[in-house]
Amino acid sequence: MTFILGLKMLSKPDTARNGNLIAAAGMVLAIFATIFLYKDSEGNHLHNLIWIFLALAIGTVIGWIMAKRVQMTAMPQMVSFFNGMGGACAAIISIIEYNHLNHVLATTTMTPEMSASYQGKILIILAGLIIGTVSFSGSIIAYGKLEGKIGDFSIKGQQVVNIGLLLAILVSSVLFYLGVINGTFWFYIILLVSVMYGVLFVFPIGGADMPVVISLLNSFTGVAAACGGFLYNNYVMLIGGILVGSAGTILTVSMCKAMNRSLLNVLVGNFGGGTAAASTGSTAGGSTKEITKSDAAILMKYAKKVVIVPGYGLAVAQAQHTCHELETILEESGVEVKYAIHPVAGRMPGHMNVLLAESNVSYDKLIEMEDINPEFATTDVVLVVGANDVVNPAAKTDPSSPIFGMPILEVENAKNVIVMKRSMKAGYAGIDNALFYQPKTYMLFGDAKDTLVKLVNEVKSL
Amino acid sequence: MGILEFISSNIQMIYLVILMIFVGIELISHVPSVLHTPLMSGANAIHGVVIIGAIIVMGQAEGSLSLILGFIAVILGTLNVVGGFVVTDRMLEMFKKKNNGAYISRNLFNIFSDIHIGIEDAF
Repeated sequence: MTFILGLKMLSKPDTARNGNLIAAAGMVLAIFATIFLYKDSEGNHLHNLIWIFLALAIGTVIGWIMAKRVQMTAMPQMVSFFNGMGGACAAIISIIEYNHLNHVLATTTMTPEMSASYQGKILIILAGLIIGTVSFSGSIIAYGKLEGKIGDFSIKGQQVVNIGLLLAILVSSVLFYLGVINGTFWFYIILLVSVMYGVLFVFPIGGADMPVVISLLNSFTGVAAACGGFLYNNYVMLIGGILVGSAGTILTVSMCKAMNRSLLNVLVGNFGGGTAAASTGSTAGGSTKEITKSDAAILMKYAKKVVIVPGYGLAVAQAQHTCHELETILEESGVEVKYAIHPVAGRMPGHMNVLLAESNVSYDKLIEMEDINPEFATTDVVLVVGANDVVNPAAKTDPSSPIFGMPILEVENAKNVIVMKRSMKAGYAGIDNALFYQPKTYMLFGDAKDTLVKLVNEVKSL
Repeated sequence: MGILEFISSNIQMIYLVILMIFVGIELISHVPSVLHTPLMSGANAIHGVVIIGAIIVMGQAEGSLSLILGFIAVILGTLNVVGGFVVTDRMLEMFKKKNNGAYISRNLFNIFSDIHIGIEDAF
């Protein structure tokens, strides 16, 4: 196999510092090695080279432009989108291979030996088709939801439908494999059901669960790619695919753990529906206090220690630079400023770190949840910027809350809490936040960026 | 029967699958949660290897239907690869600007070199 050439190159990372670039270079090599060195069992080179290069060029240009132009805040949906493309690619390969196999079958007579490899191939093709398709349709829905183009949507008996679809896929695949049902028609039925499952599976999932879903779909696509590796006896595809598949699965599981939800729960698409029901039942009630910007400024300026809790609202408003500015000014007047980063803050783990790093916030100021929680007791002011569910004390106190058990930032231990929010609307989990009604909590309504700019000015003028 | 024969004729690849699963698990357990987003993005780009399958399919395509489908598949696969790597690169670039960003890029570097080591082990 000539792909070993590509692999050999892939395994020499000595000189370069940027592993990503190496992996990319390895990929390019693997692609070119495939194009020029691949030979089929009869020793023929690939043809249609012009078309291949044309397709490569088109894909490169579009992908490059999209990736370069996308905002840092829109990264998660971009990843989801590209993931969907990979899934679609895997599904299309399966379709072509199936047609090819049918063609071969029609023209040659079967020997027992061929029959065995045929069955193996059918199995792989089916797996690649189903996984790739679910990954594609699911990723596109996830992309649409994160872009805000598609709202939360769940129908009655959604879980039953989802489980039913999943069963339908499994049963029809088994039947198809055993040859009970056969023919192109059923093949496309399976394709269609897979698309539906992908769509319905992601549809009801709330924004808070999105990272888990994207990670899961990511590993799906990995497995689909590995199926392709089996199909072509291609080690590069197999290794890449399985690596991503297992890594993605572990990543998914650890994310689920961070949010105290079982993978099955997420898989069936349970969370969104369950929450909607719970949120209407339990409203924390009570009244909130608003604070003026100048009061907030005074409070922070004369504090000893301020902890900023950034959330998705900060990302949406592109307020990370202003946030850094506020931090700098406060530090100049002798206030200790830290950032508390919840593992699932933003839309993906590490999302907030990427954003804040972009605005030059120093890395050692970003404190992870376990390390910052004990510090809240000695904190004078906590400034919550566009975060909600990750500071909701209900996760610790209210067993009926859908987020009960999820680790949170214990901001209620601080002396004062200023919550910056656009409105009283519930967060992504769709539940009310008791924190807002506590006597030491002050609300500061408005767009995160506008408000922060005004806060900076207020602090400056003091 | 079919499955058993299939397994025995592909035993090498199945060993490789099992090995790679463990390599994947090893990798993730060493990564701090800070790096999950770039890592996810990087993994996303890596599974773009599916494009190789698309290229093979297209290179062997005879009918116009499979040619068109293959064409689309190659475009989509390229989107996945190029987009994935460029996005990851942009994320890393941001970490690198700062002095202490070295920590992160070093970590990510380790992830990828772990992958390479894993691949070397496989042969």
